[in-house]
Amino acid sequence: MSSAFQATLKRELMLGMRAPGDIVNPLFFFVLVVSLFPLSLSPEPETLQLLAPGVVWVAALLAVMVSLDGIFRRDEESGALEQLLVSPSDLFLPVLARVLAHWLLTGLPLVLMAPVLGYMLHLPVAALDTLVWSLLLGTPTLIIVGAIAASLTVGVGRGGILLALLVLPLYVPVLVFGAGSVAYDLEGLPVDGVLAVLGAMLALAVSLGPLAIGLGLRISSGD
Amino acid sequence: MWQTLKHWYHLLGSPRHFYRISGLWLPWVTLLAVAGLAVGLVWGLAFAPPDYQQGNSYRIIFLHVPAASGALMGYLAMGVAGLVGLVWRMKMAEVAIKAIAPFGAVLTAVALITGSIWGKPTWGTYWVWDARLTSMLILLFLYLGIIALQNAIRDPRQAGRAAALLAVVGVINVVIVRYSVYWWHSLHQPRTIRITDETAMPAEMLAPLLICMFSIYLLFAVTVLIRARTEILWRERRSNWVREEVTG
Repeated sequence: MSSAFQATLKRELMLGMRAPGDIVNPLFFFVLVVSLFPLSLSPEPETLQLLAPGVVWVAALLAVMVSLDGIFRRDEESGALEQLLVSPSDLFLPVLARVLAHWLLTGLPLVLMAPVLGYMLHLPVAALDTLVWSLLLGTPTLIIVGAIAASLTVGVGRGGILLALLVLPLYVPVLVFGAGSVAYDLEGLPVDGVLAVLGAMLALAVSLGPLAIGLGLRISSGD
Repeated sequence: MWQTLKHWYHLLGSPRHFYRISGLWLPWVTLLAVAGLAVGLVWGLAFAPPDYQQGNSYRIIFLHVPAASGALMGYLAMGVAGLVGLVWRMKMAEVAIKAIAPFGAVLTAVALITGSIWGKPTWGTYWVWDARLTSMLILLFLYLGIIALQNAIRDPRQAGRAAALLAVVGVINVVIVRYSVYWWHSLHQPRTIRITDETAMPAEMLAPLLICMFSIYLLFAVTVLIRARTEILWRERRSNWVREEVTG
């Protein structure tokens, strides 16, 4: 059973490393979106600091969403997805491995880049660790929830904008608590409870998400 | 009791029997909905006493609250139908989701629009990012997402099952959205004006409100029945009973 998990993880990571554009592009997108805000609002440190938690979180959320469009597409085109669906093993572990690989390749770079962007938006250094923690707990949830919608739109031709319509309302809770935790930290309030809620949402997503993704893939394959 | 329930569940789960039985119900439900709405609205708008603080402007409540509660109930019903559709692969559950979504979205929009019209005289603005308003707005997006997904997938069975899964995920999400938005609201400055003072409503106001609410639910049922019947005819257009039904 766990060998299915390891094999899928290894395969996904290897495929990801061989197509570095898929890793770098969401990261570029993240940096670009964040840099639009000082240009459009104001370069003043006070304003930027106030907006920074929301800006970094919204940009990370959009970058994750954009990257999700391709999470199942390549395998759908090559037929690998079909093979996964007809295999006798349960879908839970392979799907979990796939999502984990996607997070390692696109989510983790965003988390590592976030403190740099936070610093550029004049977040105090003391608040940067909350930013990293909140993204560390939040981005996997975003990827799992987004993958549910991606699994349903995998066969749909004009998937991109549809995926955004389905996913963005589902992202509201994670965004509220994610950006909220950094805003709490800025006001000097304790953030443990907020981070715990993000962790709870992650636990919910990890335990139920792969079931829904597997079901979505089966539905999309016409089963 | 259990046996009758099971009997009706299977009977209504069959498109053909659903079509026949709903055809018998439809005129009566329609009559009751129209009559109830007429009584409730005229009573509420013309005869209920004015509010001691808001005067006559509060009367929009007789449309606003029924629409809002109908919108929430509709989404909940879609979630239940989605679960039934996914677990038992019941065709009628998928039809139900497709029938509920448009009117649910309309009711959400009505609740938002009447709310903002009501907000102008009482709060002095058409829109505030209040917890309730924001969660209703997100509910509207969730409804629109279901409709968009159904329109994007060509095969009706596949579209129905995809919408069922999205509805179940959406219902779990609606609950979390509600809590998170209330938490988010407490992060910002608390509002100085409240939507309603939580005082008990006098019976002269409550009675027409309850009649309006009940009638909006019935109206919802009417539109769901009509849409479901049309959808059944379309889905079963190649079967003999539909041919007999249509050609008479």
